[in-house]
Amino acid sequence: MIDLGEVVELQIPARAEFVALARLVVSALAISDTTLGDERVDDLKIAVSEACTNAIEAYGSADSGEGVVVRCRADDRRLEVVVEDRGRGFDPAQLSGHPPVTDPDRLKFERGLGIPLIRALVDEVEFSSTREGTAVRLVMRNTSPGTGWPDGNETGGRETRA
Amino acid sequence: MDLGLDVTERDGYAVLAVRGEVDVYTAPKFRERLIELVSEGKHRIIVDLEAVDFLDSTGLGVLVGGLKRLRSHEGDLLLVCTQSRILKVFEITGLTRVFSIFDSVDAAVSG
Repeated sequence: MIDLGEVVELQIPARAEFVALARLVVSALAISDTTLGDERVDDLKIAVSEACTNAIEAYGSADSGEGVVVRCRADDRRLEVVVEDRGRGFDPAQLSGHPPVTDPDRLKFERGLGIPLIRALVDEVEFSSTREGTAVRLVMRNTSPGTGWPDGNETGGRETRA
Repeated sequence: MDLGLDVTERDGYAVLAVRGEVDVYTAPKFRERLIELVSEGKHRIIVDLEAVDFLDSTGLGVLVGGLKRLRSHEGDLLLVCTQSRILKVFEITGLTRVFSIFDSVDAAVSG
């Protein structure tokens, strides 16, 4: 187990084949250093996968030579994962919503499901995007023994924007 | 990381059994296989997700694209999935109401 508050940093090339490695490292850390159950670790894996996928796509080309940094810090209350790229930024508030699932036009949308998934799966998410890059901060709070809920929160996640 | 994509025939359906992790790296191979099946004239496809260990939005995108392609051929794409961690991504995104999801290939072929 790492010391509480110590940072683990992984830099991966901005290529699709490395997203699985980012998931593996973050989930191993979550299993060893938090009280998150299997289901919440699975949630975090999806969120990390989505954030890394977006980071790679932000570079816009298959092999930009750039990297994606995944920085993790666990303490006794939570695990924070920050995924950073230096690609072109985006404004999550400007993302268009999808038509309702009952609308036949819904099938026109094969993309854009990643950020809604992140928002639904983690306890806190913060997007900080500029022309110099994007940082996505994901927070999973440790489960209080016996409650099955994250510490001090029984209503689900919240979102902030920097 | 390898993605298994095995095709069998069953009662007029092509059954595509997917095995492994579906993400941004493996999704293109999955998409290509689906497109190949449609090109071969297989317009009734069952995608069996029971051996999938991980699936994110890129995998959902492949399935939405496949369903759209098949519907344009008057066909259909059915899913087999009982794993809660995989079903969860369909539920969050509302896609449980877009796809017909069955507990087994037997259940899917018998409608």
